[in-house]
Amino acid sequence: MVDQLLQLSLSGLATGSIYALIALGFVTIYNVTGIINFAQGEFAMLGAMVLIALGPLGLPLPLTIAAAVGLVTLVGAGMERLTIHPARRASTVTLIIITIGVDIALRGLGLLLWGTDPYPIAPFTPGPPVRVGAAVITRQGLWILGTTAALLVVLWLFFMYSYRGKVLRACAINPLSARLSGIRPDRMSLVAFSLSAGLGAIGGIVMAPVTLASYDMGLSLGLRGFVAAIMGGLTNPAGAVVGALLLAVLENIAAGVFRAAYKEAVAFLVLFLILLVRPQGIFGPGGAGRGGL
Amino acid sequence: MRGGVALRVIAACAALAALPLVVRTPSYLDVLIYCGIYSVVTTGLCLLTGYAGQVSLGQAAFYGLGAYASAILTTKAGLPGGLALVLGLVVTAAAAYLIGIPILKLRGHYLAMATLAFGILMYLAFVEFRDLTGGPSGIPGIPALSLFGVRFDTDLKRYYLTTGAALLTLVVARNVIDSRIGRALRALHGSEIAAETLGVDTTRAKLQVFALSAAMASLGGSLYAHHLGLVSPPAFGFVVSVEFLVMAAVGGLASIWGAPFGAAGITILSEGIRRLMPLLLSGASGEHEVIAYGIILVLIMIFMPEGLVAGVGAAIRAGRRAGAASRG
Repeated sequence: MVDQLLQLSLSGLATGSIYALIALGFVTIYNVTGIINFAQGEFAMLGAMVLIALGPLGLPLPLTIAAAVGLVTLVGAGMERLTIHPARRASTVTLIIITIGVDIALRGLGLLLWGTDPYPIAPFTPGPPVRVGAAVITRQGLWILGTTAALLVVLWLFFMYSYRGKVLRACAINPLSARLSGIRPDRMSLVAFSLSAGLGAIGGIVMAPVTLASYDMGLSLGLRGFVAAIMGGLTNPAGAVVGALLLAVLENIAAGVFRAAYKEAVAFLVLFLILLVRPQGIFGPGGAGRGGL
Repeated sequence: MRGGVALRVIAACAALAALPLVVRTPSYLDVLIYCGIYSVVTTGLCLLTGYAGQVSLGQAAFYGLGAYASAILTTKAGLPGGLALVLGLVVTAAAAYLIGIPILKLRGHYLAMATLAFGILMYLAFVEFRDLTGGPSGIPGIPALSLFGVRFDTDLKRYYLTTGAALLTLVVARNVIDSRIGRALRALHGSEIAAETLGVDTTRAKLQVFALSAAMASLGGSLYAHHLGLVSPPAFGFVVSVEFLVMAAVGGLASIWGAPFGAAGITILSEGIRRLMPLLLSGASGEHEVIAYGIILVLIMIFMPEGLVAGVGAAIRAGRRAGAASRG
């Protein structure tokens, strides 16, 4: 029983890392703009699908991945410039409906370009699973955990020490006084959308070898990322990451111990209970729910 | 001014009553029936969002509760449709009231998040409780609704039923807005603290509107069940909740009059795209339709951020001004 729980938790952590990358995208955009970006999950879908589309070029894998992430980042930037920027003076509800429209259009684009079939992607490094104590983890699982850990360190350095990261934080804390200091919040909105798109793309790419890639993978991933972000309080990046890991581990244990059908129910039951007991998220100081929506 | 409004309402009712004389294609009549059903649900959502300032991302759950109540009570318990509809309405409103008690004490996004979770849990319940709901394949063979001796067994009759229900919900919503609750809501939309200082029980006002909007969704669900004769889980999923919110926002959240226009606008838009795309673009398929729908949605919100009603109204006024200027 203990071994089984260890195994379920370990594979849960790998899935949770993907949720974490998506949740961080939600938090970044929400903090800077107050928008909940419903198209967030589609960036993961595009990342995986573009990687597959670039496959026939025969480039080395790291280069292909970089190109796919770059392209999806551009899609995120394009989305902000074409749809969010022109409506930036509209209410938050309007902006959220716009992201829903973009989500629908991107999923339609995925369907048009790649059809309904799921595509397999080879693991980055072939080989048998690795033993961790009494449990095993696939090599791709290690890639997922490693990539997420590395990204978290890079993001932390970016937000804490780089000029642009500090500017983004300033916009999140107080847009008005950021503007008074010569920062342009609307330009930061572009940075936030590009960053979130890139993060989502990386999540989709490292995950695809485990789950297959299909045009409709974005919807459920986006929903999970959203739940994780709420668990963490919606404004707190560290909380979102812990929320994501917790959510995935709980889901995995529920599916393993009870029935696969309960996997989804657990995610939303947890969300519901958290809202009742600790509405500010597990870690949030009460920053979430700043109105709008 | 009062007389002007009454005249417009009478003209609108007459136009709606005469519409089936013009629209004779059965599939078009079907679209109009859905416009009425969605308008009922969207009116509740507009009341909740536009006046109480709360967003629901789980309205399809209440819609589904109404539909399943009608389906189960008529096919399995053999109750008359009207009674089943009322029972569904009461149960749904009570459910909304109960989950609203803890949730509505909080501010901001919480109702949206909690209704999102509730909506998905209800969807899973519809799939999982097979004995009661028939699982993924749902419940077929729901009889036509009979009310006061009239059996609504043709599309034409059902058109008048759903359109009548849509108008009735608008009237109810209108009266709620003009009542004490409505004034309390507008006050709390402006400033919750100010409203509370003036003795408005804001939590209670929000709860009542939340329950009312759930009841309207339930009514829409019952009408849907009796129209289609079949209920199954995909009609009540998260995507449907989002669609209702889209209808409310596209119509305009500032007034309940946006609801019928948003519901009709989105229903006719998606149907129109489905019929027009193959003509405009040879070889167009379902994928093109989805993309076009998404893009049009984005364009509407960019160019009419206040919704269709406000946007078209402004365009008409601008047109009149331009016309007057060119004449003068």
